[in-house]
Amino acid sequence: MIKLRHILFGATALLAAGFVLAAGADLGQAQKQDTNWTAIVMFAIFVGITLWITKWAATKTKTAADFYTAGGGITGFQNGLAIAGDYMSAASFLGISGLVFASGFDGLIFSIGWLVGWPVITFLMAERLRNLGKFTFADVAGYRFDAGPIRTFAASGSLVVVAFYLIAQMVGAGQLIKLLFGLEYHYAVVLVGAIMMIYVLFGGMTATTWVQIIKAVMLLTGATFMALAVMFQFGFSPEAMFTKAVEVHAKHDAIMSPGALINDPISAISVGMALMFGTAGLPHILMRFFTVPSAKEARKSVAWATTWIGYFYILTFIIGFGAITNLIPNPADYFVNGELAKGLKGGGNMAAVHLAKAVGGDMFMGFISAVAFATILAVVAGLTLSGASAVSHDLYASVWRHGNVDSATELRVSKITTVCLGIFAVLLGIVFEKQNVAFMVMLAFAVACSANFPVLFMSVLWKDCTTKGAVAGGTVGLISSVALTIMSPAVWEASLGNPKGSAMFPYASSAIFSMTAAFLVIWIVSLLDRSAQAAKERALFPAQLIRSETGVGSSSASGH
Amino acid sequence: MKDEDIVERIQKNPKFLQFVRMRNNYSIILSIMMMIVYFGYILLIAFNKQFLATKISAGAVTSVGIPLGIGVLVFTIVITAIYVRRANTEFDATKDAIVKEASK
Repeated sequence: MIKLRHILFGATALLAAGFVLAAGADLGQAQKQDTNWTAIVMFAIFVGITLWITKWAATKTKTAADFYTAGGGITGFQNGLAIAGDYMSAASFLGISGLVFASGFDGLIFSIGWLVGWPVITFLMAERLRNLGKFTFADVAGYRFDAGPIRTFAASGSLVVVAFYLIAQMVGAGQLIKLLFGLEYHYAVVLVGAIMMIYVLFGGMTATTWVQIIKAVMLLTGATFMALAVMFQFGFSPEAMFTKAVEVHAKHDAIMSPGALINDPISAISVGMALMFGTAGLPHILMRFFTVPSAKEARKSVAWATTWIGYFYILTFIIGFGAITNLIPNPADYFVNGELAKGLKGGGNMAAVHLAKAVGGDMFMGFISAVAFATILAVVAGLTLSGASAVSHDLYASVWRHGNVDSATELRVSKITTVCLGIFAVLLGIVFEKQNVAFMVMLAFAVACSANFPVLFMSVLWKDCTTKGAVAGGTVGLISSVALTIMSPAVWEASLGNPKGSAMFPYASSAIFSMTAAFLVIWIVSLLDRSAQAAKERALFPAQLIRSETGVGSSSASGH
Repeated sequence: MKDEDIVERIQKNPKFLQFVRMRNNYSIILSIMMMIVYFGYILLIAFNKQFLATKISAGAVTSVGIPLGIGVLVFTIVITAIYVRRANTEFDATKDAIVKEASK
């Protein structure tokens, strides 16, 4: 029995570790590599181009609307690419291809998990967000609810998600710069913080959008080239590629079937829920829906985003197998001391980077390294912008000043917040250098699906939902998701160093419990709410319904 | 005409509620399909690894789980595209007609 428990814990910890690996940010502690000048020069070119775009964007960023939503002038296709650029992180590129390299099939499980949230956003959220919202997702819940409590809650939910995600990205940047460029950890943290602040401060959403678009195009182009090069080697026959991979890989035929990643169904479903519904609660993603002029364009953006992200995950799967077939037969070039048993130079996350060298030489490897690092800039800029809007638009303008604030003042507050968030990110990046921050992205998704998503969903779709219900349920979701995640094996044992088996919460994700709890509390508290305010909020539902379904009365984004 | 008046007229139009109900049902059916496909795949991994490890044909190396997994990715993209196409043409046309009727 004890043994069985051990195996179960082992499996859930592994699941959580894999989940996190693919999640985005944490690439573990990295060994500093030789200075890679090609990569540094290519990265400098990327920064140069994006700063030049920022200069152009600055001339178009005059009002708060320009700053938060690029004046609503982004097309659906552009926004789809920008969303993809916001979502495809360095670790989903390096992490998933590394996971495929290490265990084949299991990498596919994660790719799927990272994609399935998009249809949910499309079917249930995108259009309604666009029609009800203006700058932040709190606008949606704030349509008929009491501004003070609901916006305070929504801003807290956003900031918690942004903070966890930011820390993970900053630490990831520090580790990546050692691996990819062979530079010091601190350079990365300061560099990312400084460049991101320039993008956001001067170029606002316009610059951020174009940084994300350029990054998405570069990443998709680079990954496409690698996948094509690999498929070309095998005459475009997957069977031939798999045959060679099974032949050379130490695990042989086991890479063709699921490993020990999912054994415990409750953890599996819970992680699945966190991914599926968490995506629909990420503030930096939701914010992107306000940059397009209409509901039609909002739908188009999410269709394009899903297509690009899904395509990208198929590419990473091929890239992982390409790494198996190209790198393992040449241990002298890619493995520590030329020995397979000692692992890849720089660790498992370097599979895609080494493959880039194998198929495209040093120049191409420099390009891929620069793209992988540039990826972090795009994600961090989007996060900071959504954090800044939560503070300036929700907390400052709506809660504190009750909406009596002019655009110029609100803009100034967002810029001050951007600077504060930038400094905060740099400091935390330095503080957390030696920590295992793997669980941060898991926390962000747990909070997004347990606090932000239920409140958004219920406020838009359920006529009897009230402020009290939404705030109570959202708060329960927020606290329970953070508490249960910290008590789970991946954090309690793997990150905080407590003994094996001491975690009080045995599953890999809190979602199945914390998200359910949030919905239940919203439902019960709303039903019991008999106040005059509640009656007023319910009476506003028909008007909200018409606006969310038809767009009549919604801001045309640009002018407001 | 002011937005408030349009809103009031739309509210009184039975076609509007009918339209919303129809579209919500469609969204929910597609969401449930997505959940069945995804959670079905995950539960298959949890409960029946042997099936996923079966080879696609005798003598082949590729296992059933790989095309199925890629299939889930493709399904996700396709189901999103199907919804967006229908919403951007048929649903929007119905919605525009209702709004136009109320704006007269």
